[in-house]
Amino acid sequence: MQDLQAPKKTETTLQSISTTSNTTTPLVGRRNNDGNSTNLWWKKRFRLGEFLIEKAITAISFLSFAFIALIFVFVFREALPIFSVSPAKTTVEAKQVPQETYGDESSASELQQQVDERKRSVENLEEEGATATNLVSKTWQPVSSKPKYGMLPLVVGSLKVTAVAVLFSAPIAILAALFTAAFAPRWAKELLKPAIEVLAGIPSVVIGFFALIAMATFLQKTFGFEYRLNAFVGGIALSLAVIPIIYTITEDSLSRVPKVMTEASLALGASKWQTASFVVLPAASPGIFAGILLGIGRAFGETMIVLMATGNASILSGDLFQPVRTMSATIGAEMGEVVFGDTHYTVLFFIGAVLFLFTFCLNAIAEVFIRQRLMKRFEGQ
Amino acid sequence: MNQDNHKITTRNLSLSYGPKLALKDISVGIRTNYVTALIGPSGCGKSTFLRSLNRMNDLIDGVQTSGEVLVDNVDVYRNDVDVVEVRKKIGMIFQRSNPFPKSIYDNIAYGPRINGIHEKKKLDQIVERSLKQAALWDEVKDDLKKSGLALSGGQQQRLCIGRALAVDPEVILMDEPASALDPIATAKIEELIFELKEKYTIVIVTHNMQQAARVSDYTGFFYMGKLIEFDETKKMFTSPKEKQTEDYVTGRFG
Amino acid sequence: MRKFERTLLGLSIPLFSGLCAFFIVVIVLIVMGETIIGGWSTLTWEFLSTGPKQGMTEGGIYPAIIGTFLLVVIMSLAGVPIGTITAIYLSEYASQKSILARMIRFAVNTLAGVPAIVFGLFGLGFFIQFVGTGVDTILSGGAELKWGQPNILWASLTMALLTLPVVIVSVEEALKAVPRELREASLALGATKWETIRKVVLPNSMTGILTGGILAVSRGAGEVAPILFTGAAYFLPHLPKALSDQFMELGYHIYIMSTQSPDVEATRGIQYATTLVLLVLTFALNFSAMFLRYKIRTRTAR
Repeated sequence: MQDLQAPKKTETTLQSISTTSNTTTPLVGRRNNDGNSTNLWWKKRFRLGEFLIEKAITAISFLSFAFIALIFVFVFREALPIFSVSPAKTTVEAKQVPQETYGDESSASELQQQVDERKRSVENLEEEGATATNLVSKTWQPVSSKPKYGMLPLVVGSLKVTAVAVLFSAPIAILAALFTAAFAPRWAKELLKPAIEVLAGIPSVVIGFFALIAMATFLQKTFGFEYRLNAFVGGIALSLAVIPIIYTITEDSLSRVPKVMTEASLALGASKWQTASFVVLPAASPGIFAGILLGIGRAFGETMIVLMATGNASILSGDLFQPVRTMSATIGAEMGEVVFGDTHYTVLFFIGAVLFLFTFCLNAIAEVFIRQRLMKRFEGQ
Repeated sequence: MNQDNHKITTRNLSLSYGPKLALKDISVGIRTNYVTALIGPSGCGKSTFLRSLNRMNDLIDGVQTSGEVLVDNVDVYRNDVDVVEVRKKIGMIFQRSNPFPKSIYDNIAYGPRINGIHEKKKLDQIVERSLKQAALWDEVKDDLKKSGLALSGGQQQRLCIGRALAVDPEVILMDEPASALDPIATAKIEELIFELKEKYTIVIVTHNMQQAARVSDYTGFFYMGKLIEFDETKKMFTSPKEKQTEDYVTGRFG
Repeated sequence: MRKFERTLLGLSIPLFSGLCAFFIVVIVLIVMGETIIGGWSTLTWEFLSTGPKQGMTEGGIYPAIIGTFLLVVIMSLAGVPIGTITAIYLSEYASQKSILARMIRFAVNTLAGVPAIVFGLFGLGFFIQFVGTGVDTILSGGAELKWGQPNILWASLTMALLTLPVVIVSVEEALKAVPRELREASLALGATKWETIRKVVLPNSMTGILTGGILAVSRGAGEVAPILFTGAAYFLPHLPKALSDQFMELGYHIYIMSTQSPDVEATRGIQYATTLVLLVLTFALNFSAMFLRYKIRTRTAR
């Protein structure tokens, strides 16, 4: 047994003679069977390679947390200037400067210069005036002589499109998942599962393209509305992206309902559809609700589909069949043309920050829902 | 207990998984170059005890161990003990054979390679020696490149034994090594244990009392986390001291 | 419940749910079919291998294909190693209750839920404005604005961040699929933790890691929002030669061409064909990932 002396990578080959434990240098002696504690085969040795690798792995793993923190920091940082500008009254005053002086072409050049200067200073004040009052105004017109950053039409646009998407996709996805869980024969399941995966894998720009070219025409022919691209079309297109999310979570929740519940219901004489609708579905409702929340989050944050299918006009109205501009689309369409650091840039970041915060809260609530409520319900199991 | 001829000695060894106490105050000596069997009904702690000897229980979250496990008179649970070295001295065979998805050669050579041996000639020697010790050489010598998973259950288990022998341990722990095998394969393993005990100290956990009686020199009876009785195998089975032991070996409960 | 009501519900619930399921399958077929029918005729080898001509109304999309390819390659080089290492930490090193592990999992879940456009904003605010201008300041005192601009490097890194959760989740799944007994066998032989990971766990999870990479690439090739203002361009006279160059990209091309090109009707064929190429690409990638997953599952069912 003593012929196997394998030198380890990090060991020193000094032989130990004394029994006093020298903890600074790890010493390794020859292993033998005399049970004598003069050899320190058991002494803890410091493996440098192992230590470094573990530290490196831990450090690199921390990167994901670091990046999420960075996203918070940097998105909010670029949006922060919004809160540090002049108060509302200056804005109101500046807005009230009449436009007549501006258009008088027959006046002397000097007067014109004065007027132009005043106009410019007014504009500058207004530039600075992207405060809370301005933000909740009703007009979004960032590229104009008097830029207006009213977010209301954008927020309403996002809400309209999201509402259409969720109202359309949730019932379809939930019922389809119910079908898979309770009624579908084997061949239907084999067909549906890949269909959902394919649908989930279609890039949103492709869905947007499809909506722009084909779906809008079809919907216009069917419903006969005036504007070809509007909130309704955008919402229906968006639901194609939302359906897989709600379907997957619903199907997962339904399958997690303990079999004993199903069996108990059937044993009491209920039929399959009654069991599915009145026992399984309600039991899975926390999960389904969380799925809907996630679907809302997805719809609210989606950019490409709405960029291509909603008509992109920042109109504030309650009509579903008018074009809209969503928050995400605004960022996507306008950020490429902005000057780094000016008011428009800041406002766009602010919109992004709001978007981020909103989806973050939705996701957090959904996660709490899934974990807490589901646990509570089945505690008795 | 005469500690000089005890390879492993435990003193007041206790272990708990969270609130549950799995081992209660076990003190026992395992004699060098003998086979010690651990028997008892399911869940009595014999496997847990076995795994404590080479600190495999460290891998489970939430386990707390107290007491001492002396290997060559050194408590392996001390803070300044190197677990990796302990496991090189004490090898383990598991209940279900677990060869790596590599070739037979690479399975055996795994341990030596970890220890820094890369020279082909030396590795060839070690592989041949280990497979011969594990009574598997004749069956596989023509195709060492074959995957370890392509062997039969009994062969895989012997491969695992050979793999453990390749790092030149002094103790071999076996956790129900033959429970998943048919009688012929089991017999081969038992024969192997007979041969191995000349060079190694063996501790074997088994739920098969007849196997314990056939194979071991000493036997320990575990029940509900406690070591009820420990004695020479012959004495344990013919005239056990404790009533519980007698009830178990005569089959009144299992 | 009266018999009539019961029968009505008993028939309509399965019926309507079946119709919904049917609708989903049909809509998928329609989307795919529409794209194939519209783009099939324009899809020639020349289309794939040459660049745009005649003010983008003719020619091919070769630069967009190359741009997309470069994007996902750089993205994977950055994201797959980091994601794999993070997954190794979560699966092999972290104890279940450790605070760091919980922080990382929280971060991964949050990253997975961030809207794609916000990643674009981060790419702009952090990579371009902070890191990029910082590099420019170091290199030339801020005189030359080279790295503080949108380019393929920043776009790829932004994408890498977006797809990081996909990689982490897939690799962790692959690592967990390696049976515990193999790790125990290695450790019982006196191997260290890292030796066990390197020699037993990782080799046996390579397929899963590959799956994660493929899924990430599929996402990366399909998402357009993050690259809208971090590096993609509609027309470039030459292929990107350096990391500081901008690039053309398939998804971006479809978006611009179908919404903002001067003659939208004339380029319809190109739009359809480009969409078809993107669709086929993502479909092929997703299919290979699914296939690999299936192979892993059947292989480990010993």
